[in-house]
This record gives sequence, structure tokens and C-alpha cells, in this order.
Amino acid sequence: MSLEEGEICALLGENGSGKSTLVKMMYGLVKPDEGEMIFQSRTYSPSNPNEARLAGIAMVFQHFSLFDALTVAENIALGMVDPPPFNKLSREIEEKGKAYGLLLNPDSMVGTLSAGERQRVEIIRCLLQNPKILIMDEPTSVLTPQEANVLFEALRNLAAEGTTILYISHKLEEIKTLCSTATILRAGKVVATCNPEEKSARQLAEMMVGTSIVTPKRTEAQGNRDGQPLFRVEDIEKEASSNFGTSLREISFEVWQGEVFGIGGIAGNGQDELMEVLSGEVLPKGGTIKLNGHDLARLNPNERRKRGLLFAPEQRVGHSAAGEMSLTENAYLTAADRKALSQAGIINWSRAAEFSRTIINQFDVRTPSTDNFAQSLSGGNLQKFVIGREILQNPELLIVNQPTWGVDAAAAASIRQKLIDLADSGAAVVVISQDIDELLEISDYISVLSGGHLSKARPVQELSREDIGLMMGASQESLSEVVV
Amino acid sequence: MLVFERRREPSRFWTAITPVLAVLVTLIAGGIMFAILGKNPVEAIKTIFWAPIFDPNLSAYARPQILVKAAPLVLIAIGLSIGFKANIWNIGAEGQYIMGAILGGGVALAFYPLEAWWIFPLMIVSGIVGGIAWAMIPALLKIKFRTNEILVSLMLVYVSEHFLASVSLGLLRNPDGIGFPGSRNLQHYTSASNGELFVGTGIHLGVIVALVSIFALYGLIRFHRLGFQVRVTGQSVRISRFAGVNPNLMVIFCLAASGGLAGLAGIFELSGPAGQLSIDFNVGYGFTAIIVAFLGRLNPFGIALAALLMSLTYIGGDLAQFMLNLPSAAIQALQGMLLFFLLSMDFLSQYRITIKHWARG
Repeated sequence: MSLEEGEICALLGENGSGKSTLVKMMYGLVKPDEGEMIFQSRTYSPSNPNEARLAGIAMVFQHFSLFDALTVAENIALGMVDPPPFNKLSREIEEKGKAYGLLLNPDSMVGTLSAGERQRVEIIRCLLQNPKILIMDEPTSVLTPQEANVLFEALRNLAAEGTTILYISHKLEEIKTLCSTATILRAGKVVATCNPEEKSARQLAEMMVGTSIVTPKRTEAQGNRDGQPLFRVEDIEKEASSNFGTSLREISFEVWQGEVFGIGGIAGNGQDELMEVLSGEVLPKGGTIKLNGHDLARLNPNERRKRGLLFAPEQRVGHSAAGEMSLTENAYLTAADRKALSQAGIINWSRAAEFSRTIINQFDVRTPSTDNFAQSLSGGNLQKFVIGREILQNPELLIVNQPTWGVDAAAAASIRQKLIDLADSGAAVVVISQDIDELLEISDYISVLSGGHLSKARPVQELSREDIGLMMGASQESLSEVVV
Repeated sequence: MLVFERRREPSRFWTAITPVLAVLVTLIAGGIMFAILGKNPVEAIKTIFWAPIFDPNLSAYARPQILVKAAPLVLIAIGLSIGFKANIWNIGAEGQYIMGAILGGGVALAFYPLEAWWIFPLMIVSGIVGGIAWAMIPALLKIKFRTNEILVSLMLVYVSEHFLASVSLGLLRNPDGIGFPGSRNLQHYTSASNGELFVGTGIHLGVIVALVSIFALYGLIRFHRLGFQVRVTGQSVRISRFAGVNPNLMVIFCLAASGGLAGLAGIFELSGPAGQLSIDFNVGYGFTAIIVAFLGRLNPFGIALAALLMSLTYIGGDLAQFMLNLPSAAIQALQGMLLFFLLSMDFLSQYRITIKHWARG
């Protein structure tokens, strides 16, 4: 593949297709076994990120490496080989920020910044080195649509000045608006190079996967909101457990049978805290959580499961599944009671194995056997296993946090379809997700969690992407100031 | 260039083979150490590892003695392994062993010279209670104040040793002992004596209970929900909470199980082979059991084999001391080497070693 000066090039591919490995080679983190890179007519083989930076290649990672308890300027100085004096550095940060519309106060504590602002810190850290190539790994996964627009504007300005941008993302719509070329990787090979504006998002996705993708279908006859709600959460309060966590404030919502209830919002606005309170891993300070009229707010996760409330948290290995345990053991993990996999504490392993085989067959989990460790499965396969484990226990209500996070397009589509099918079968589903398109695709009602507050739910027909974006940013006044 | 690559799943082959390798390397390193001490390494190794089992003059006495010394190691290590699987680190089994012996022995002596059938079971239960009670101190401090159970349980060993010295000289001193320190000898108190089951072997009830505990642990870990929860807690506290496990109850359960079994080992030892509480009643079983638990890979049958091996080094070490004049510190160094090599070879089951050539360019 090749990159021209001043172009914004997309690097597309499913998880595990080799995008990260490729950019890590460019950034000097991984050595290629064979082949060579030529940068400005010279052979380029960085042996570490420092050499890459000196040569003019900078990278903004998906996960930020910032210290919460230090200021913006201090964080930036930490990453520099030879930082200038602080007042000079602060001035440079402000100048760079103004030049590209990425405003930042160099003296703010990073811990108080939104995800979008943190990302600006990372970008400005790179820009201070005047890079010739800027690599961005999934930059919008933590941004509201409005914040993303600010970022796109800055990237276009940079490109106009001759900086080449290599842009990694799964979000095909934004690639179509931002990038002038796209290189598509599948299983470690470049399979196509194209102009993304000329292709539909579906065509791009199919090139990535190599097969056609079925968009999840929602039946139009949605559950009607007559009578009593199946699930009612009222005035849940919970203090943040750490300095940089989010406190939940007066969370209330209702879910009726047969519907998919979407909770949008950028991760870090109380999503994990809400999930823990709903699952019973953490007990709320006040409020009620009622399923069929019975309050479950003081019960532990297993008691809630027995009453029909099931969960699939965001983090797979280490939360919803035990990485160093077999799939059979992981099936037992949450299904022990509802599937009667143990009697009087004695585990029936052959029944558990049978249940895990059922999950594997019905949810198309690709694994050599039920004895494999959960961590040996790819993210998408493990997520299908986890979702399958919960759905096959016939929940009355299933709560899922980020159901398709880090999952490839084909698996994501099948997971969404299964969630819709579950709601159609008369149960209900609560989906917490930061992927707006996902929420619009599968939800009947949507509300947004922002800064620990949950907005009023609105039917999906009334909402556009932009509306949800505004709801997400509602409590981030700092952002709107900067945008103006 | 040699490169270490982390395996996605630990290799079953290496997990099984590393204890054997560790023993072999210990034999070699130990041999070198004996040579430096001026002893014939082959003879020393042979005296320690071979003579107790196969020497016709010694084996009749030594073979059952191996079982007798292995029994407390098995009991304690089985208990410790439950906690270790859940990442709850009780390092103070030695203290719980002492406290079990003191409470159990104290209860029995309180009834002296009454003879009744219920004294022996009451004494055993008191021994268990003593061990549990002592283990609850680190457990409750961990739950209430998030103290580190490793430090607290270890420090309590030294407290219990002083307590042992105090009762041996004071409260429980034998009134007929003409001023010598130490309690009455329980072997001479029929209702509280844990005597030999087979004449001339020294094998007592504790050996049988240790054998039972091996199978009990296997059943618990393999087939019971509680054992499953222990293993899940070892994976991460977050996932155990998700699975409905109360982490505080898990801390209490693990420390109670290990403390109770250590106390049980203590009271069997006191009422059997040791006979009386004295200042030097404890001989380090509680610490050696940590080695045994790891050498046995926290697996009940592995623990049984490891305990037999450690017991062999005790008996063989004693032989080497009086036959070859080896210092006792050399025997302890040998046991230390065993743990060291075992832990370092663990690396092989977690990582694979591959040879890579430098990339061109």
C-alpha cells in the first residue's frame, strides 16, 4: 500500500485483519519479518517509537495514556524527549489548538476533561512534533457526533497543509465523508484499495468481511406500552466508587414487554456504574429496581437471575467470562440456577457441557471444543457465547452493555438480530451502547446517560443521529464553549 | 535469539512435567552444595532420598514415619491450597497449627484426669476451632480494614509462638513436672490420646484423616459449587462478584478452611507423636506446607505426592545429619531449592521458548 502527501487514507478491516499490526510496524512497535517500507524515498525501518517520531510519524492510540492527576501541559511534557519550559509549552499548546480548532486549557487537570478533550491532548502532543504522517486508531469511538465533527475539521486542515493522515475506523459512514482513499485488509492481506465516496457503506463492509452481511430486521409490530411495565427503575442513586468514576443521579426508566430499550451515551458517563447497580454487583444507595412489581434492588446477582433478570457486561474476559476457564465452566458461571446445572451444590458437568454445546451450535460460536479456555476465542466469538448463554436461559429481561464493542461486522449483525428476536419472543432487552447507529437500528425507545443523569426516553421514530448526539453532550458545557 | 512467548493456555505437558524436573535439578544443585561442604554428594543424596525407603536396616522404621510426617503437611497444604486458588494468601498456618494444639490440648487437660469417651472428639473439635479462630483475625481485618492477609497471618505466627511459650511455662505446665516446662503428656491420658492404629508403626488417626482430606478437596474443587466459586474468585474478584459470590464470605471461608485444617493437624500432632505442649512443639510444618501446596500445584493428589517427598527429605535429612554429619541448615537449604526451582520452572508452562532470527532491515 502507499500513502500520498496530504491525503486522508482509511485503513479498514475486521478485528484481527492486521490493521494494528501494520500500523505498529510503521510506528516501530513491531518488526516486519519480510518486506520494506519506503518513506520519502528512503528505506524506513524504525526499531522503536522514538525513531518513528524523529522520522516524522506520530500516532494517536485508541486508549489514551494520560495521567488524570496531572495538567494538560504536564502530560504533554512527560511524553517529550526534551520539553521546553512550561510557559513556552503552554503557549505552544494554545497556538496549535487555535490553529486547528482543538482548543485546550493547558492548566486543566486531565481527570476533569471529557473524552473528546483528552483526545485533543493526545493529538496536540503529536502535532507539537510536526509529524509528516499522523496515524489515528479508532479516534471517534469515544466522541459524540458533534465532537467528531470538530475532529474532522481539524484533520482536514492538517491534510490541507500537507500532513498525511492514516485513519483506522470501523465506522464506514464517517470514512465516506472524511477519507479520499481506503485500503481494505482481510486476514492480513490488502484485498482492495478504493475511493470510499464511490462505495456504499454496505459494499465496504462486505469487502472487509468477504461475504454478504444481513442487516438485522426489526418487526414493526412493537410491544405496545399498555398496562404495567415489565421493568421499572426509580430514583437510583449511587456515589462514584473512585475519584474519576461517575455518580448516578436519580436514574429512572421503564421497559415494557417486547421492546428493546436503548441507553446511549459515551462510555465513562456512568455506564459501568449503572450496569453494576442493575446486576446487583454493587448495591445502590437508594431507589428501587422492580421486575414484575417485585423490588430487586437489595438482591445479589444470583437472586436477580433466579427472578429472570440476566446480564451481559461490557468487558468479556474478566467480567462476563473467566478467561482461564473452559467454555463449559463459563456456561455454568451464570446458568447454574436457571438451567439447574447443580443440585444441592453438586455440579452436573455433563449437563453443563451439553448446555455449552447448545450455545455453541445455536449462536454459531467458532471453537474447537467446549474444553477450550474462553480467552482463546476471538472477541466476536466470545461475545456470541456470552450473549447466547444469557438468551438461552430465557430471561424476562436481558441487560447488555456495549453488545458489539470490538466485534466484527458479521458477528455484530448476528448479535443484534438475536437481541431483536429475544424482544419479539415476549421478553425485553436493555441495550447500553455508545454506538448510535446500533441503537437506532435495534431500539424501540432511546434515552441517553450523560454525566450520571439519564434523559427521558423517546421513541426511536422521533430521533435522528444529531438529536442523540445533542442529548449525549447535554451536560458537557465545557465542550459547547469550545465548539463556539 | 531466544524469545519467550506467552502461551494462550498453559501447557498441560509442562505443567505435569515441571515438578519432576524441579526435583531433578534440586538433586544436582543439592549435590553440588554437599560437595562444597566436603561431603560425598552421591552418598548424601542416597542417604536422604534412597535409604529411608530402600535400606533394609532402616526402612521398617522409616517408611511409616514418612506417612506420619506427611500427614500434617497434607492436612495443612490441602487447606492452604483452597485459599491459594482464590488468591487469598494465608501464610500463617504455623500459627493456626500452634493455636489449634493449644486450645485442643487445653480443653483436654481441663478435664484431666476424668476418663470419658467424649473427651477425644471434643478435643479434636476444639483444635479445629482454635485454628479457625486464629485465622479469623487476618480475615476480619482484611474485610474491615483491607489489611493484607499475608502480613497479618505471618506476624500472628510470632505472636502464637510467644503464646505457646507462655502456656508451656505457665497456665498449662505439668503440675507434676517438678518445675520442667511443658504440659502433661497426652499420650499418658487415655481419653485424650491419639495412639497408634497399627502397632509399631506410629500411624495415628491424623494419617487417615489426611488421606480423607485429599479426596474431600478433590470433590469440593471438581464437583461442588463452592469449589467452583473458589476458582472463579482466583480468576478475578470482579468476575466472582458477577457470578454472585460475596468476596467477603469467600475470604472468611478460605481462611476458615485453611485455619481449621491447620488447627486439626496441630491437635493430632499434639495428642499423637508430640504428646505434650512445650516451647519447641512446632517444627515448621505450617511453612513447609506452603512449599508442599505449590510443589503439588494446588492439586490434591499432587499435594499428597509433594508431602511424601518433603517428608522423605525430613527423615532422610535426619539420617544424613547423624550418619554423615551434614548440618541441618543444609537440609533446609535443600528444601528451599526445591521451591525455588519449582517456581522458576513454572515459567515453562506459561511461556514457550522459541528461536527467532533478527528481522532483516
